[in-house]
Amino acid sequence: MTAHDDTLIFQRSRNGRSAAAQAPRPQTRPVGIPDALRRRSAPGLPAVSELQVVRHYTRLSQKNFSIDTQFYPLGSCTMKYNPRACNSLAMLPGFLDRHPLAPAEHSQGFLQTMFELQEMLREVTGMSGVSLTPMAGAQGEFAGVAMIRAYHRSRGDDQRREIIVPDAAHGTNPATAIMCGYQVREIPTDASGDVDLEALKAAVGPQTAGIMLTNPSTLGVFERHIREIAGIVHDAGGLLYYDGANLNAILGKVRPGDMGFDVIHMNLHKTFSTPHGGGGPGAGAVGVSKRLLPFMPVPVVVRDGEGGYRHAAEADYPHSIGRLSAFAGNAGVLLRAYVYMRMLGREGMTRVAEFSTLNANYLLAELRRTGFDLAFPERRATHEFIVTLKRQAKETGLTAMDVAKRLLDHGYHAPTTYFPLLVPECLLIEPTETESQETLDGFVAAMAAILEESRTDIDTIKGAPHRLPNRRFNEVAAAKRLDVVFRPETETGDAPEAENARTGTHG
Amino acid sequence: MTDTRQDLKYTKSHEWVRVEADGSVTVGITDHAQALLGDLVFVETPEAGTEATAGEACATVESVKAASDVYAPVSGEIAEANEDLADAPEKVNESPFDQGWLFRIRPSDASELDALMDAEEYAAMVASET
Repeated sequence: MTAHDDTLIFQRSRNGRSAAAQAPRPQTRPVGIPDALRRRSAPGLPAVSELQVVRHYTRLSQKNFSIDTQFYPLGSCTMKYNPRACNSLAMLPGFLDRHPLAPAEHSQGFLQTMFELQEMLREVTGMSGVSLTPMAGAQGEFAGVAMIRAYHRSRGDDQRREIIVPDAAHGTNPATAIMCGYQVREIPTDASGDVDLEALKAAVGPQTAGIMLTNPSTLGVFERHIREIAGIVHDAGGLLYYDGANLNAILGKVRPGDMGFDVIHMNLHKTFSTPHGGGGPGAGAVGVSKRLLPFMPVPVVVRDGEGGYRHAAEADYPHSIGRLSAFAGNAGVLLRAYVYMRMLGREGMTRVAEFSTLNANYLLAELRRTGFDLAFPERRATHEFIVTLKRQAKETGLTAMDVAKRLLDHGYHAPTTYFPLLVPECLLIEPTETESQETLDGFVAAMAAILEESRTDIDTIKGAPHRLPNRRFNEVAAAKRLDVVFRPETETGDAPEAENARTGTHG
Repeated sequence: MTDTRQDLKYTKSHEWVRVEADGSVTVGITDHAQALLGDLVFVETPEAGTEATAGEACATVESVKAASDVYAPVSGEIAEANEDLADAPEKVNESPFDQGWLFRIRPSDASELDALMDAEEYAAMVASET
């Protein structure tokens, strides 16, 4: 049973056992900490041997579903392969050992790579300037809308209180607008997945600060009226924000700057293949049009007169929205994106869009042939597309969640479920360009098997997953009664107190 | 088949509205809406005394699938919110029309109620959507 052993590392603890070679030296009492702030008892760390620690965490890691082990078609997330070369080159000692406070004259190699990364991102998005400092997509969004606000303020145009967000926009967009002090006005999508232009015309006015758009949208279709949308918003005095969530689909094909966008954030961990997950570290570089250049977050790498590179900060950008990171963003992540872009080159960049779109359209056609319904059957997929199980849910009870759970038994990570909210019982599927036809065919076969099984044995599906260490979770309990703090049961029996503390958080 | 109450009014965004004897209106989400959302894990209700505007979000319901806004069916002052839901959001699933009510508004313009659907119209709309 070792492979499925759920014993906590705390439960393996035995008094006096330790990894002797790694035990701390005899303790010294740190000075300068007031008595009131010193802890009264030792921290409750598990006492285990080194071998136990290695086995415990190796076993945990074996439970992972990851892009290194399984196909991971998680729509809207672009879970593509992260080339190992990006990793090894970003780990060169010259990069790794450089102190972030090292003077510019000792950091010319690093600064040059960051300058070239800015230039490549600027070119591929068609913007006028790029700042690399945001530490994640969410921070990039925040920076983008903060720049829109700074722009209107600098013109004394303070009555602009609203940000327009189409209902097919990325889910973080309204949250970002609220964080920046704006009110959100939602506008609907028409039946074919494009923004409802009449609703947009009715929504814009002197109160419009801007619009936040994802293109291709989260519906997996390209917004065909983007130029008209840009015209309507600009004519009303608003600015256009591009959410780079789906940039993978258009890389090297069409540029947000050419579509009329004023500001864009890029998730380097999606499009430019830096590692995802674990909550970070991410990189959410921002690009701006000419009129937003003065407001970029600092520092930005610039080239001085003698051909050297330096960080330009507040002195060069007095109207900057400020700093978003202690230094200049997540250097290690930015370096990986740099290597990835240099390996692809200009032509390779275009192939990313072509193959991610080709793979998505191949999957779309195969799944349709297998008997699945598409949310937008008359539209071609971008780099992702939506299957809806509305019909199956009614006929056999097969829901999007059931398919997601049963796919795990077949060895595939589930697509995104129940997002976007507009489409009932939906799966948002994004294969990315790094998957082979055999992998895609294997996924289609698994989907076909699940559909067939739903007609003969829905109960087996409802109980899935069956082949993983853990079965189907109680999602309500997981959301409402998440309890991840280990509380040792002591011999003196103060368990009732612990019990109270536990219920106290819910009652 | 989900339940529809004859004595209530309805919105296109799946809220139900009951006009009380004192002229205030009680608002919740319909049985159809709770069935679509699935098990609720969190409900955020508006504070009493705040102003709500017809058609604008004034409460949030979050299920294991998604978080959704609840829109004010009419404009007016929030008179009261269902505090019990903070600890027991499942009441919206179990009893959407009774114990699962969300908030009560004192309408500033009672004629806004005329724009709402009756039970028959709402049932027809739900039938056309599914």
